[in-house]
Amino acid sequence: MTAAAILEIRDVSKSFGAIKALTRVDFTLRRGEIHALCGENGAGKSTLMNIIAGIVQPDEGAIRLEGKNVTITSPSAAQRLGIGLVHQEIALCQDATVAENILMAAINSRRAPLMNFRRLYADAQKIMDLLAPIPVETPVADLSISNQQLVEIAKALTLDCRVLMLDEPTAALTETEAQRLFAIVRDLKARGISIIYISHRMAEIFSLCDRVTVFRDGRYVATDSIASVTPNDVVRKMVGREITQLYPEKLSPERRTDRPVLSVENLSYRQGSAGVSFTLRTGEILGIGGLIGAGRSEMVQTVCGLRPKVSGSVELNGEPVSIRTYSDAVRAGLVYLSEDRKASGLFLDLSVASNISALDLRKLTTPLGLLDRRAEAKQATDLVERHGVRMGGIETQVSTLSGGNQQKVAIARLLSVGPKVVVLDEPTRGVDVGAKVEIHRLLRDLAERGVGVIVISSELPELIGLSDRVLVIHEGAIVGELGADELTEEAIMLLASGLRQQQSNARQVQNVA
Amino acid sequence: MDAEIKASSPGLGGRNWLRLGSMREAGLIAIMLALCVAMTFASPHFLTWGNFRAMLMSFSIEGIVVVGMTILLIVGGIDLSVGSVVCFSMVVSGALFLMGLEPWTASLLGIGASALIGAVMGFFVTVIGLNHFITSLAAMVIVRGLCLVITKGTPLSLFTLPPGFKAIGQGSFGNVPYVIVIFIVVVAIFDFLLRRATAFRKVFYTGSNEKAAQFSGIKTKQVKFWVTVLCSTLAGFAGVIYMSRFGAATPTFGAGMELNIIAAAVIGGASLNGGSGTIFGAILGMALLSVVTSSLILLDVSVYWQDMIKGCILLAAVSIDHFLHRRKS
Repeated sequence: MTAAAILEIRDVSKSFGAIKALTRVDFTLRRGEIHALCGENGAGKSTLMNIIAGIVQPDEGAIRLEGKNVTITSPSAAQRLGIGLVHQEIALCQDATVAENILMAAINSRRAPLMNFRRLYADAQKIMDLLAPIPVETPVADLSISNQQLVEIAKALTLDCRVLMLDEPTAALTETEAQRLFAIVRDLKARGISIIYISHRMAEIFSLCDRVTVFRDGRYVATDSIASVTPNDVVRKMVGREITQLYPEKLSPERRTDRPVLSVENLSYRQGSAGVSFTLRTGEILGIGGLIGAGRSEMVQTVCGLRPKVSGSVELNGEPVSIRTYSDAVRAGLVYLSEDRKASGLFLDLSVASNISALDLRKLTTPLGLLDRRAEAKQATDLVERHGVRMGGIETQVSTLSGGNQQKVAIARLLSVGPKVVVLDEPTRGVDVGAKVEIHRLLRDLAERGVGVIVISSELPELIGLSDRVLVIHEGAIVGELGADELTEEAIMLLASGLRQQQSNARQVQNVA
Repeated sequence: MDAEIKASSPGLGGRNWLRLGSMREAGLIAIMLALCVAMTFASPHFLTWGNFRAMLMSFSIEGIVVVGMTILLIVGGIDLSVGSVVCFSMVVSGALFLMGLEPWTASLLGIGASALIGAVMGFFVTVIGLNHFITSLAAMVIVRGLCLVITKGTPLSLFTLPPGFKAIGQGSFGNVPYVIVIFIVVVAIFDFLLRRATAFRKVFYTGSNEKAAQFSGIKTKQVKFWVTVLCSTLAGFAGVIYMSRFGAATPTFGAGMELNIIAAAVIGGASLNGGSGTIFGAILGMALLSVVTSSLILLDVSVYWQDMIKGCILLAAVSIDHFLHRRKS
């Protein structure tokens, strides 16, 4: 069955200055379908979304909505046509209520001098109820991230919404929250809303969407029915070359050792909670899974001295180390990559070289207290060459690099101190497929050279594809450990949601009885 | 790609700041040269050593304060109290001298008292967690109040200062006043340190992204504290030179100075969001304002117009900067 097209994009081009963001692209959205739009960063997905949402105007080409040519001059014009865009980042007024956020545009265009809160709440609740029963009088700041995401969607929805665009809506969500969102998206589809879905995550696309369109370098590549392609096909089209293997080879059984690089003993990082213990062995990549908020980042940050610990001890290569501050950890050879590259990872307005130097300035300091710029440049050049950072030179401002290259710079900084253990929190978030493969390869190389590697990831396929062993955290405690042959999404989710641990507790109780 | 990297890495770190800054500095120099050429034709008094010395003198002492302010802006702070602290240092040193202390000792204590003001502000910013703007606004008023309390509102007459001390502000090496020499030495030292010293690199890291700096093991609170103290200390140092130059300590001196200083730093490329700025640029900003003032005087423009024109220059500089930044991103 082929439904009629609701939205057609024909021959649309758009340039920003000298940069051609879109070159004569086509795109057809059928009525009532969920249509995935894929492409690496810079492929032109966001530009197309912004054109459809009226945020930018195309240089040429036509947009047809239900067969009629339309010109979408502004976001409010798009909304009047029944087109809504949910941006990737949550941008809500945190102190205002859900209702005020949902109807911000309507409030703005209303002529009445005073607010009619009763009507506002009633109208907003009608829209919110399409998604989830969130009371609209609540201030946004009181909602969880996933509920805030739903408010963002409610903001884009109108009661007569026809086309809804979602730009990486699961980027900040945990697996369970994402599943809940998918159910809502399917429900919207059942109500006859046509959905354009942007995501980097193949698993999502293949479970949720009907068709997939791939863009590369601002050009249309192909549109396929999901049933007729595999994730590898889509990735190949996105990167324009064959990626034979998404994830590097795992540690072979014969090379496995029991020699610990890092042992954490009874570490308590929340007042009053029980301590956690775990070991990282030479040569392996240890994954840490769990829901957002389960305490994964807190736990590793405590190990690295970035948060105060309540109790517990840490051993590196069998030697006890005292880590009170992050500087202690760095000196001992234990380094941490923060999950939010832009907010807490990089100095965006500084150069590649100075970003790499930040972790250990002492090494680059002459006895007079001056910075040894020759040594700094040499260190930066060595590291970026070794890790294939693509850029103009080590004096390039980091903000001008792509997400993948920025992340490589952040990792190069960790490696500048010759670490014994690297802990990476969401190392490939917001990184396109090609760079992701390179980063995974790099982590595997490190592990093979004997550096301990710990990876926290919310993306289950990555956790499974990359790790030799996974620890699952639930409410601050390690609730399970899965070896390479036990790694499935289901097994991780059962542990992460606390289901399996309850069962095993029950069994223990029975055993005791 | 390897060749590309090698070609563009001549072995100098920190070049990026220099390069981004130097565009701005070249622009400032060009504007100033154009203004100087025009003025040379417009007024016969412009291109004389006397006029240049007057211009240099007029911004030399403030220039020392600009150095501290620029570093503070780079770390992401601001200090509205510098005008009051300059005055405080004068008044404290002057009062201590009148109480019978050696002028040198009195001056050191005055500078120390200024540093203490900085330390108190630094405490409120880093330990209590207030922002620099509000903290220094409060300090500006409080310290001005202290000056009035110490002097009971009347200027201290310090004509008894020994000639050796007065020489700092009034003497010269041949044709070059000591004040200018001190200014150039201070600027040269801090410009060099800011570009080359590891300790000051931490200032850039902290101002560029405080969280990322913390995640690199940099103690950002300490960095902010010491930069706040440095800014007040340099203001105190400037106050002592003013005292030597004027032979008096007026409790209302320096009111409004902070605006001129911040304007100069910003015209010179310091960002109010932190993370960027150079001392050389800030001094050029100061020099530009001074050339403009001098030109207006020589052209017989009423003094009432001066502030307005300075304000317009600030607005233009910041607008151009904003425009260039937006274009880039």
